[in-house]
Amino acid sequence: MTDTPSPRSNPKKRKIAATARAAKAALDPRIVVFACNWCSYAGADTAGVSRIQHQPHFRMIRVMCSGRIQPAFVLRAFEKGADGVLVSGCHFGDCHYIFGNERAVEQFEKTMNVVKLLGIDEGRLRLEWISAAEGARFAEVINEFTDQVRALGPSPFAISDAIEEIEIPETETEAGTETGKGMEA
Amino acid sequence: MQQLARDTNAWACYDCGKCTATCPVARVGGALSPRRHVLTANLGEGIEPSRDDTLFSCLTCSLCETRCPAEVSYTGLVQRLREAAFDAKIEPECPHGGALQSVMRMMAKGGTQQNRLGWLSDELKTDAKEGEVFLWTGCTVYYDAFFPEFGMKTVEGTRATVRILNHLGITPVVSPEERCCGHDLLWNGDRASFEALARHNVELVRSSGAWMVVTPCAECARTWKMDYEPFFDGRVPQVVHLSELLAERLGDLRLQANGTSRVTFQDPCRLGRHLGVYDAPRQALAAVPGLELEEMRSSRHRAACCAGGTWGNCDRFAKRIQIDRLREARATGAEVLVTACPKCQIHFRCAMKDPNFESEVSIEMRDVAEVVASALA
Repeated sequence: MTDTPSPRSNPKKRKIAATARAAKAALDPRIVVFACNWCSYAGADTAGVSRIQHQPHFRMIRVMCSGRIQPAFVLRAFEKGADGVLVSGCHFGDCHYIFGNERAVEQFEKTMNVVKLLGIDEGRLRLEWISAAEGARFAEVINEFTDQVRALGPSPFAISDAIEEIEIPETETEAGTETGKGMEA
Repeated sequence: MQQLARDTNAWACYDCGKCTATCPVARVGGALSPRRHVLTANLGEGIEPSRDDTLFSCLTCSLCETRCPAEVSYTGLVQRLREAAFDAKIEPECPHGGALQSVMRMMAKGGTQQNRLGWLSDELKTDAKEGEVFLWTGCTVYYDAFFPEFGMKTVEGTRATVRILNHLGITPVVSPEERCCGHDLLWNGDRASFEALARHNVELVRSSGAWMVVTPCAECARTWKMDYEPFFDGRVPQVVHLSELLAERLGDLRLQANGTSRVTFQDPCRLGRHLGVYDAPRQALAAVPGLELEEMRSSRHRAACCAGGTWGNCDRFAKRIQIDRLREARATGAEVLVTACPKCQIHFRCAMKDPNFESEVSIEMRDVAEVVASALA
């Protein structure tokens, strides 16, 4: 074992890695996926359990119902530098709360109008219905959307936040081991 | 903190409590006490928003300042304290999930080409780049996109403004590069984003060569007149609210009756108490033939605010203030409630949706620009 800490625990090196990551965001887009608890999230689960390969560049946020996804959620994601946002929920007639996804459509349309006004490319935002059984469809949607966002390149709002966000303070255990090592040396 | 007390004249406070007695939030039962905040500042203690969330319930409507015998700038104090809170990463619970704040921050970051001029039609004469008069349109297109359920078009006020300016022989600059004036972010404590917006906007107007900025929005007018001052470099453009321009050039307007006979006027807090413009909109309305202005029980510097000026506060107290104000408007017997700020329209229209009071408080609302534009010969 050497005294040099691993690149994982070195904040400076980590920051450089993060900057590099931000630079090649064109290759690895950062996508936020909002999924409802009853259909789409389970659909993602099905995709995983069935081992269907799909691109890994998305972060999933589970909500109880797609009707919960108000414009603020999506706009916040864009503000913080997301390259794409996917909103997903149950098919019409399948909503666990009967009309939650109809509400989601209203909210989505409102969001889309604001996104267009802001000049964010329409292709960065999408609404999809994915049921719990449609694992293959989930993978397909993710692949297609990731390719689409990748083609659009990094979000105009992504630059500064991308670095700030990835910097993680060292955990106590890591710091503890390092002190231990220092004493040994 | 001592510097803050000096800057806002808080030292002069002699604890009479008129501010808390007049505060519209306190009147309807809110816990906000301007007096307590001033005293705390004088004692040299910071207000901890984590424990005292009333810092964010102030409407910054400035009603307390009109009554304060010691001329303490309470809104100035609130603004500075909110900046400190923001720096400490304490943010208010913004209504609408903070969506509007997100939009403003994205505009502050820039980098996209907004599509904000979709309302410009062919008969409106404007210039996208250069001209003598810059029309500051404000964010009405965004508001219309956010609140389709109120069935209103605040952008009509903006369109009416262009018609009036064209009527006066002015071809205004309307730029697609315009961004939010930053008013709301400033009053929510986000000074860094406000400054980014201010620098962009000042540069935009400078590059257009305009010597005058006209805006139909009371908040934009306040921000341009009072908060942009440090950002001007060299030549400072003259900033006027549309109603001021109307009052000045009434003689050049050819007006005819437009079918509206009885109206009442809601003084926006930014236009009235912040800028001291009370007469201009009234003169503009009085110039429309056949139009009679009926004042509400409290008007001019005593007028109640729409309780949502900065997209920062919306709670049961705000709703009570709005319902009370709409009742006053209805009591005048006016058919139309005229205002001069898009936000007054949005918040009052929202209050009219309240199923408990709907029939008691519903009244048609229009912007002063729309009323005058519809009377143009």
